[in-house]
Amino acid sequence: MSGRNIMIYGTLFVVSIYYLLPLYVMVITSLKGMPEIRLGNVFALPVEITFEPWVKAWSSACTGLNCDGLSRGFLNSVRILVPSVLISILIASVNGYALANWRFKGADLFFTILIFGAFIPYQVMIYPIVIILRELGLYTKLGGLVMVHTIFGMPILTLLFRNYFTSIPEELFKAARVDGAGFWGIYFKIMLPMSLPIFVVAIILQVTGIWNDFLFGVIYTKPDNYPMTVQLNNIVNSVQGVKEYNVNMAATILTGLVPLIVYFISGKLFVRGIAAGAVKG
Amino acid sequence: MVQNQRPVQLFRNMSAKIAAIPMVLTAMVIFVGCSAWTIFHSFTKSKLLPTTKWVGLDQYERLWSQNRWLISIENLAIYGIFSLVFSLLIGFMLAALLDQKIRFENTFRTIFLYPFALSFIVTGLVWQWVLNPEFGIQKIVRDMGFETFTFDPLYNQEIVIYGVLFAGLWQGTGLIMCLMLAGLRGIDEDIWKAARVDGIPMWKTYLLIVIPMMRPVFITTLVIIAAGIVKVYDLVVAQTNGGPGIASEVPAKYVYDYMFRNQNLGQGFAASTMMLLTVLVVLIPWAYLEFGGKKKHV
Repeated sequence: MSGRNIMIYGTLFVVSIYYLLPLYVMVITSLKGMPEIRLGNVFALPVEITFEPWVKAWSSACTGLNCDGLSRGFLNSVRILVPSVLISILIASVNGYALANWRFKGADLFFTILIFGAFIPYQVMIYPIVIILRELGLYTKLGGLVMVHTIFGMPILTLLFRNYFTSIPEELFKAARVDGAGFWGIYFKIMLPMSLPIFVVAIILQVTGIWNDFLFGVIYTKPDNYPMTVQLNNIVNSVQGVKEYNVNMAATILTGLVPLIVYFISGKLFVRGIAAGAVKG
Repeated sequence: MVQNQRPVQLFRNMSAKIAAIPMVLTAMVIFVGCSAWTIFHSFTKSKLLPTTKWVGLDQYERLWSQNRWLISIENLAIYGIFSLVFSLLIGFMLAALLDQKIRFENTFRTIFLYPFALSFIVTGLVWQWVLNPEFGIQKIVRDMGFETFTFDPLYNQEIVIYGVLFAGLWQGTGLIMCLMLAGLRGIDEDIWKAARVDGIPMWKTYLLIVIPMMRPVFITTLVIIAAGIVKVYDLVVAQTNGGPGIASEVPAKYVYDYMFRNQNLGQGFAASTMMLLTVLVVLIPWAYLEFGGKKKHV
């Protein structure tokens, strides 16, 4: 190995430690009992492995009056995630398709506003949205939160789908029209089957984004409906009682697990997804 | 389909227009409408409920006389500048290292990028734990024999924001690395060959040839980082909750607290309008460069 290579691998190795250390500390802390944590070293492997903190974090840790653990937040997050992902992608894909293939007057203007809107800090819009949701009877309901996720996912998803559909050869579209296919016919029979990869990217993007959301969850739901991230923060940062670090770490890992699994399974597609999603800012 | 019937202009392309209704509503009602609503109400006396009673710039005067707001702005500036510089620096360096045709590239990339999959809440809580002086880094170094070693950013008002920065960089640099790596891969091999033939040292090739060629990537990255910085909220809530005292407050938290806790909507509206203004300061020059410049060529 040349000196240059030692430098490169050495640097990469040291940097890797910075990135991996927190994960390592989390995992081993969650497997220790409280006495061992008080005495020992955070980096030391557990002397006696216990899964009790995990069980407690999942099923009996307290947030306020509820003592049924993170499982409640997990279920809420799933109930938010599934409709939000489906609806936001459905709407944005049809919209992107309309923009790419069925251009109409004014479309570009609205699209430009939509893209620039993605840069407006959410804080500017959160209160008027509270009023709108209250008028619709959706404030603090899961349906309201689904709507909010659909709205704020729209700029990036529409951009993603529009660009993808634009890249599909126009001859295909024209041939289908000659054969008498209409707007929905072409969408379902030609565009949809041809664009599965981009749907996967959109799903990855939305699953991680919505699962990790905190701000909208805390504003547009009430404690019974809090998503996992909000509940996690309430469990860990509650001021009452003795801090159970092992339970907190187990709870933190549980909350991070869903996006981590998505990340490890999807690999290269995840990179594509976030590279696109990064524009969301 | 029904072209030869020449239907009324409005009904042409009807399905596409229906499909675009959600986009039009989002753009006009939420992005334009709600923003305008908030900006308007930032000039009113709104307290517990929004009112239309005009008070001019009163809310802004109060905002800028609040110590908490000034600290928030200062923190945002420190966090912003350092996170911008270090994200670009670390991101580019890691990308350049991974671009040396090394083995295990995928493994390293996976390691650097996985924190990006985690939420800011998870990130904040993890780093709260790692930086905890009783258990974390400080204790480890002390146990190694350096009894007086102090490293407790989350308990020290002077440096708490750097503790947040640490966590923020851990979460976000992987993404920057990925974007930079894609940029580096887009550079023609021949340029490297030519530079080598001319005997230009590697660092010089990067600095004088490659980086200037990657200008679009840098600009995109810059905008992405900048837009993310203004919104920083969850990370602070999870890691420090603004403390110790009010030493790590940020503008987004000010907005939330005044709107939903202190029942002082006017302050929240004024603060969020200031946030919007900050974004515009970044966005307008960028949009001008990006889109204004192109029009000349078309």
